[in-house]
Amino acid sequence: MRHIIAVLLENEAGALSRVAGLFSARGYNIESLTVAPTDDPTLSRMTLVTTGNDEIVEQIKKQLNKLIDTVKLLDLSEGPHIEREMMMVKVRAEREDREELKRLTDIFRAKIIDVTDTSYVIELTGASRKLDAFIDTLPGGAIIEVVRSGPTGIARGEKGLVL
Amino acid sequence: MELSGGEIVVQALLDEGVEYVFGYPGGSVLHIYDALFNKGGVKHILVRHEQAAAHAADGYARSTGKCGVCLVTSGPGATNAVTGIATAYMDSVPMVVLTGQVPTPFIGSDAFQEVDTVGITRPCVKHNFLVKDVRDLAETIRKAFYIATTGRPGPVVVDIPKDVTDPNVKVPYTYPKDVKLRSYSPVERGHLGQIRRAVDLMLEAKRPIFYTGGGVVLGEGSAELRALVQATGFPVTSTLMGLGAVPGTDTQFLGMLGMHGTYEANMAMHETDVLIAVGARFDDRVTGKIEHFCPHAKIVHIDVDPSSISKNVKVDVPIVGQVASVLADMLRLYQEQATSQRASQLADWWAKIAEWRRVECLRYDQDPAAAIKPQFAVETLYKVTQGELYLASDVGQHQMFAAQFYPFDEPRRWINSGGLGTMGFGLPAAIGAQLAHPEAQVACISGDASILMCIQELATCLQYSLPIKVVLLNNGYMGMVRQWQELFYESRYSQSYVDALPDFVKLAESFGHVGMRVERPGDLEGAMRDAFAMKDRFVFMDVLVDPTENVYPMIVAGKGHHEMQLSPGLSDRELS
Repeated sequence: MRHIIAVLLENEAGALSRVAGLFSARGYNIESLTVAPTDDPTLSRMTLVTTGNDEIVEQIKKQLNKLIDTVKLLDLSEGPHIEREMMMVKVRAEREDREELKRLTDIFRAKIIDVTDTSYVIELTGASRKLDAFIDTLPGGAIIEVVRSGPTGIARGEKGLVL
Repeated sequence: MELSGGEIVVQALLDEGVEYVFGYPGGSVLHIYDALFNKGGVKHILVRHEQAAAHAADGYARSTGKCGVCLVTSGPGATNAVTGIATAYMDSVPMVVLTGQVPTPFIGSDAFQEVDTVGITRPCVKHNFLVKDVRDLAETIRKAFYIATTGRPGPVVVDIPKDVTDPNVKVPYTYPKDVKLRSYSPVERGHLGQIRRAVDLMLEAKRPIFYTGGGVVLGEGSAELRALVQATGFPVTSTLMGLGAVPGTDTQFLGMLGMHGTYEANMAMHETDVLIAVGARFDDRVTGKIEHFCPHAKIVHIDVDPSSISKNVKVDVPIVGQVASVLADMLRLYQEQATSQRASQLADWWAKIAEWRRVECLRYDQDPAAAIKPQFAVETLYKVTQGELYLASDVGQHQMFAAQFYPFDEPRRWINSGGLGTMGFGLPAAIGAQLAHPEAQVACISGDASILMCIQELATCLQYSLPIKVVLLNNGYMGMVRQWQELFYESRYSQSYVDALPDFVKLAESFGHVGMRVERPGDLEGAMRDAFAMKDRFVFMDVLVDPTENVYPMIVAGKGHHEMQLSPGLSDRELS
């Protein structure tokens, strides 16, 4: 099963590589990993997406918690949460394709953020599945380049993953 | 007080109460060595290879419970120490390793003797630090000791660039008394509700057993464990790392379990209905095939490290906490509820165990006219030293024979590399143990292959007049490799014959020690008595043993506890 885990880390050099090293050393799957400082500059927040059965995911969480740099951890998949990923897609946009691509962009509530005579860059934010769907919808051969941020997430309700 | 970085390192070690630093100087740590020279106070033990610095600090830590400390230079100094660091990590030994690093402006430039020490050691340390500012140095060292010695202990590396120890840069020094880390708070007490659930199982159990590990020794839980074992009347078995936590000569002790464990311990594991695992981690050498592990048991697991619980084997009652405090709570709750008949309800279970014991799975025959059996050598060692050794071991057959035939009655007496299985560990570890216990008898049991991996430390032993006794079980082979090749590779002894061994007697003598060779069983006891009578000399005993002897019983890969292979002389007996 897919789990999306949020981790508050000490914003120290090497913290990220401790997490990455843990996953490779123990052979855990890692689908994506994003990290950035928070409003508190001493803390980074990492969101990682992993898959595994319950025992493996339990072990992953324990091992993450065991890292000295880990301050707090929450498995967002255990409760109601919101997941967002940002994607930018560069597509070939020539002649009659331009209208069709504009329409698709509107349907997905995406934005065209760069325009040339022959291309668009389309920005889209949403759950990862929505991003997948958008890519599937694009006409064959249209895509020049795709860049995705990897999912981030936050739990619903007033409780927060804070110190 | 204003101090330079080099002086801060030394002063911090003094403030930390460090007695010995095991190390080897080099370019990046010269400022620190100069401060050590000028300041004094901390005794530095010069080893002959950085791997030995880590192992000696490790032996010191294991035999005392205090934190081991080593100091090595950048680059090869650090990489040489890595084997020792990984050894300590696998066995959860508290250790602080100070490594020199190239000056901060040179980091990343492939400078002379530069290596990414923090990167290389990351997977085999509890934590590591790179100190980039001399003002952070004292606090970082304090944190390193705090992390290394609390919770589940482990090695912590502090990487110190040379400019941080510059003698011309002085900063105000105070050593923090306490340190708090918001991201690290090791548990103390176990959850009482969980302990109660465990006690309920223990009260109902018909075939209970304690399975205890190195965590009992590390967590200073030996007294509490003994009290609980006695109060419950349950049998107890131990891992390689836990030997001595309960007396090896106690009637309730079934011996070691696992791959080379006793028949009675492994059969009891297979038949038990309530398994109480204490400070043990269900290592693959202990469990055998997981699918066959304790098929009838409810499992209680006490461990200070939550990630040890349900890692390899799913448990029914997890208890996260310090072993000593959990066992004390457990004893109290058990005694509140146990009836006076409780112990007698276990009579059938003990009768079953007595039956298994009658197999005498460790029996061997010593023909007085034939070669010395390694088992006989260990038994003789036990007899001569009356079980009072601090015994460091290398890795291989001799290690297993020692674990089987030298019962330890106290914790911290048996010093061996269990998790990583590091050949070369024994001699330097004995150095650490002997320095920690100058009046005690310290020996190193080794094999002809292992001993050569850190043989250079004979020089260290001479320099510090360490009266260690090496008992070399010399069979001319890498015994354990040879055993596996005999059993699983149709006796194709690929590269396991240690051709061109040195004359160990002369070797010892060339290092200024006493060398002895023993070839006949009848000479062994007398020779050992002579060796141990030399209270102030390092004695190297080259004991020539039967090269064909194998370690039994054995659980081969993919088998369960009930599928042990006994020694060929015993296998034909009825075992039901």
